[in-house]
Amino acid sequence: MKVRSSVFASFCLILEVLGIGLFLRGFFPVPIKSSFTSKSQLSDLPTEPGFTGSSHNSSKLPEPLFKRVVIVLIDALREDFVFGPNGRNDMPYIRHLVERGSTHSFVAKARAPTVTMPRIKALTTGSIPGFIDVVMNLNSPAILEDNLIWQAKTAGKKMVFYGDDTWIKLFPKHFMEYDGTTSFFVSDYTEVDNNVTRHLDSTLKRDDWDILILHYLGLDHIGHISGPHSSLIQPKLLEMDDILKKIHGSLILKEAEGTLPYLLVLCGDHGMSETGSHGGSSEHEVNTPLVLISPAFKRKGGMEKPSTIEQVDLAPTLALGLGLPISQNSVGRFIQPVADEASLRDQLRFLHLNGHQLSCLLKDSMPAYEKEEGYEHFRVAEKSHGNWLKLMVEGNTSEVLTNMGKKVLKQYLEALRAMSAALSKQLGRYDMYSMVVGMVLVFQLLLLLLLAMPEALSSTSQVDLPVASALLSLPFYLLCLLLSSVHVLVCTSAESSCYFCSLSWGLVFGVVAISSALLCILVAMVAKRIPLMSKVSGKSPAHSGYGWSLSELDVLLLAGTAGHTLSLTASSFVEEEHQVWYFLLNTLCLAVFQDVCRKYFRESRANTRGIGHSEDEDQLLPIQDREATVSPLADFGVTDAGSEKWLALVTPPLTLACCRMLRSLNQTGVQWAHLPDLGHWLNSSEHKMVLSLIAAMSLVLIYFLVQRRCSWVSKIALALGLLGVFSYRAAVGNTMFPWQHGGRKLSKGTVEARFVYVFVLGILFTGSKDLLRSQVITADARLKSRGLWEIYSGVVLLVALLFRPHNLPVLCCCLLVQTLMAQFIWKKLHYDAAQTTIMHYWFGQAFFYFQGNSNSIATVDISVGFVGLESYVEAPAVFLTALSTYAGPLLWAAHLVCYLSSENRSSVAVGHGCYCLALLRSVPMAAYVVLVTVLRYHLFIWSVFSPKLMYESMHTLLTAAICLFFTTMEQKRSTSRS
Amino acid sequence: MCRHQANIPDLTMWDQEIRQMASSHAIMASGVFMATVVPAVLVPGFSVYGTHLLWLYSVAGSVTVVNITLFWLLGVSPPTKKNTLNYKVSRLVRSCLYLLLSCLFFHTVVVLYGAPLLETALETFSLAVLLTSLTTLRCVCVLGPNVQAWIRVFSRHGAMSVWDTSLQMVVGCSIVGAWLGAFPIPLDWDRPWQVWPVSCSLGSVIGYLTGLVVAPAWIHWHRKQLTYKSK
Repeated sequence: MKVRSSVFASFCLILEVLGIGLFLRGFFPVPIKSSFTSKSQLSDLPTEPGFTGSSHNSSKLPEPLFKRVVIVLIDALREDFVFGPNGRNDMPYIRHLVERGSTHSFVAKARAPTVTMPRIKALTTGSIPGFIDVVMNLNSPAILEDNLIWQAKTAGKKMVFYGDDTWIKLFPKHFMEYDGTTSFFVSDYTEVDNNVTRHLDSTLKRDDWDILILHYLGLDHIGHISGPHSSLIQPKLLEMDDILKKIHGSLILKEAEGTLPYLLVLCGDHGMSETGSHGGSSEHEVNTPLVLISPAFKRKGGMEKPSTIEQVDLAPTLALGLGLPISQNSVGRFIQPVADEASLRDQLRFLHLNGHQLSCLLKDSMPAYEKEEGYEHFRVAEKSHGNWLKLMVEGNTSEVLTNMGKKVLKQYLEALRAMSAALSKQLGRYDMYSMVVGMVLVFQLLLLLLLAMPEALSSTSQVDLPVASALLSLPFYLLCLLLSSVHVLVCTSAESSCYFCSLSWGLVFGVVAISSALLCILVAMVAKRIPLMSKVSGKSPAHSGYGWSLSELDVLLLAGTAGHTLSLTASSFVEEEHQVWYFLLNTLCLAVFQDVCRKYFRESRANTRGIGHSEDEDQLLPIQDREATVSPLADFGVTDAGSEKWLALVTPPLTLACCRMLRSLNQTGVQWAHLPDLGHWLNSSEHKMVLSLIAAMSLVLIYFLVQRRCSWVSKIALALGLLGVFSYRAAVGNTMFPWQHGGRKLSKGTVEARFVYVFVLGILFTGSKDLLRSQVITADARLKSRGLWEIYSGVVLLVALLFRPHNLPVLCCCLLVQTLMAQFIWKKLHYDAAQTTIMHYWFGQAFFYFQGNSNSIATVDISVGFVGLESYVEAPAVFLTALSTYAGPLLWAAHLVCYLSSENRSSVAVGHGCYCLALLRSVPMAAYVVLVTVLRYHLFIWSVFSPKLMYESMHTLLTAAICLFFTTMEQKRSTSRS
Repeated sequence: MCRHQANIPDLTMWDQEIRQMASSHAIMASGVFMATVVPAVLVPGFSVYGTHLLWLYSVAGSVTVVNITLFWLLGVSPPTKKNTLNYKVSRLVRSCLYLLLSCLFFHTVVVLYGAPLLETALETFSLAVLLTSLTTLRCVCVLGPNVQAWIRVFSRHGAMSVWDTSLQMVVGCSIVGAWLGAFPIPLDWDRPWQVWPVSCSLGSVIGYLTGLVVAPAWIHWHRKQLTYKSK
């Protein structure tokens, strides 16, 4: 089956987007969220089961177990540092307490990623945070969901915190007293801890706090420097042991008769691997110790093997122990041994509260919650709890009652275990099966695109896909069968929930069929290529690269694309990706400059000396005779070849200068983002006049650059629209008119923005009308290119409205560079469609960063979603935000369509451009998907790689849409020809 | 006027020239080496990272001196038509002017690549001086202050002698080295050689040394295929 290469490319990209969607669904599990928007309150708590009235104070929480809590969190404290054979020497005091004192000790399992920030979230909220949470709480580092610290603060508990300043960022204004230390200098492991300990003596003497939290970073730093077996570890652990001894001693001294006891908690946020790092999910990174010390517990008789619990269990335990409601999204369960010494009624009450909270969460997160095993257990336990209470209130105190109570307790524990397991199954785990299926799809499509390259870029621009033969062959059916059975096997044996398994059979079979068909096609194409290749290499071994002679520019373009893909493996290069693009773009401009110089100077030399020209020189030779007929300069009033030469020579340096200026307009990235830039300078209130001037000048320039090829209706609409943009900015207060001098009331500018929207729609309408007319009525190429250009100018007007005023020069330079390059470089130097496309892509990427974007989610400008709207409406807000974020790549791609389909280009150029664009997007996307999978336990997976994955996926989606547009453009051309 | 009139390479003559080139390149490389070692002995507290500018200028100076001396002794540059003092002086002045312009050119290009405009102007200019001494100086020595010849050599198939080819390779390697040297700068390793312009100047010097080694070797390897058009 023969398909045009643009159709082929769009088809590949659309399938690829599906594959990426599947991958993303597996990579970012959907978080479990309670449907309540408010946080848990004491008044919401359920009554004890069996009581219908409000008598007996049945809706109250039982008495808290503890009065004061001291939490000592030691970063990267591994389980065997305390419980292992070396624990006796390293932490003698704690070890003694664990063996002989009134303590409970556990191994608490942390979830991946074992990195401090999500671990603190897990410890305080009891939920397992996912990356989606980060996306949803855009720009806000503080925890917004229900958590222990918030509950304690609302209940009037006084909290003191010393240690890692992540806590202060997560809980601003929650602590009565705090001192944060940064973990910026990893090589410092004494000072960070001394900064925490120095407050200890004075704080312990005082009585005005209820909760004291200490977070020690030193151990983690030692781990990063020299690993878990270094000689530095023991002194550090001894130091920690001494601190714990001191705290414990002072707590014992403070202990008074008749008041509630204290609780001292020793825990770690995550462990450390054998090399000393963390982030992954190896045994040593996941297992942390949890030691609870309180006189309320029974004394131990000797060392017992600590039982294993989840890290999230601490949050509900502390909440109930302090008499606070459990936070809504907690999936942890109450650590029952803690309440061993309390009355049976209180114990049951604790478990009931925990069970109620979990069942609410289960109801919200699962449609079929009633069939869930844990939920049924909970219902049964609740009922028998009610019966037991009735008997107890009636005054029954027999042995039977105690036994019955114990049975209820067991039922509750079983129900909690099942519910918690069902909830955490959905959380914090990578769904590898869906990820692999998505990845396989993406890779098959990439290979298909690569294999089709010689045909897609040929002069016919048609790809011969052996679809029919592949679909009718036996291997296809065998593969379908095989893959289906693999699917059944995987799904029946999978423990955790899997998105791909939960899809309906029809969809799954569709994916299986597509994948096996692609595989068959790939094999068939390879089989077709191999004899061809061997023939070529057999015929002319000396010229193996026959027909593929590469110029320096080609080498640069290919090496740059490959190099950029490789650079994604380093987290710093992802953070500073703009530097890579600026660097490549600069080199590209210099290479183009060299090409231009070579063309004009060598020519003149050859002319003056009269030496014979080689072939390519002939091709490049004088403009006067060949292109005088279609001079693109007519509308500039320049017809002279000499001035054209100079304009061509000036274009690359001018582009370079523009890029340098734009680069200092918005500092982005991470390392140098804090440096002052022009954007800040312009936005400060003293420079409002300058900003207004620059914005006005940019708008005027934009008008002159865009209007050239529009019809007169669009010209007027464009002018009025740009005027509207300025008055919108004046209304919002960013800029001002010369005649106004402050004191004007600011509005939301809704009227002005809607005024502009009307013109945008008008221009787009005229453009599409022209396009339709060129297709249906007259086969006029000129009309078609005018229609395309009008659509392009509509997009430009919309972007001008959405861009902040200090970014208008970016848009202006974008148009200027496009105009100059198209006029003097791409046409004059006869760059082919593929080269032009790669250059457009590079420019698009660089302009993405010029406008102030970066690979972190924080730089997405959400305020754009409110332009011209009275209140937040999701669909237009998302559309506008996406449009303004990707304005750079979008404008360059749009220009590419206009340029390639302009009148005097060959008809296959659009097809080639579309194919190249698809390939350029697929290569980094496929590489990045694999990379993210490999690095899924990397320390920076959340902060650096995941946001980049979102950006890449969004970009691919956008490119797929652009390729579709390309395809329709080409279609119209070919139908109008025929 | 040109030493290679015929298209058929005269192998013995070639061998001699290649040997000449290899030994002169060895002297140049040792010059760079000495420029690193000698100040380390003489100046207390000298290090390539710590006192980077000192190292940079010592390398630039030694490369300049060695290049000028060697090419003057070898007499590679095209013989002058007029032998008057006036002409010689004008050639000298023009050479100096070109070198200065090349410093400014490199400085501009580096700033366009993103070096800060004002804050580290001295460092940037020093890098430009180093690049000039590694590239433009050799052009001046081999081709003389003749822009037409420079354009010829650096356009495709423009080399007319072994020295032209070696010039292309050395200049190309130095510039590519400096280009590659910029890559480690954004990495967050906090190493002393990531400070501007250490990695770039190190890269260019390493590229230069590579070029010095590769050029004679490559010419030796390809001496049968190489043909030079006569003027």
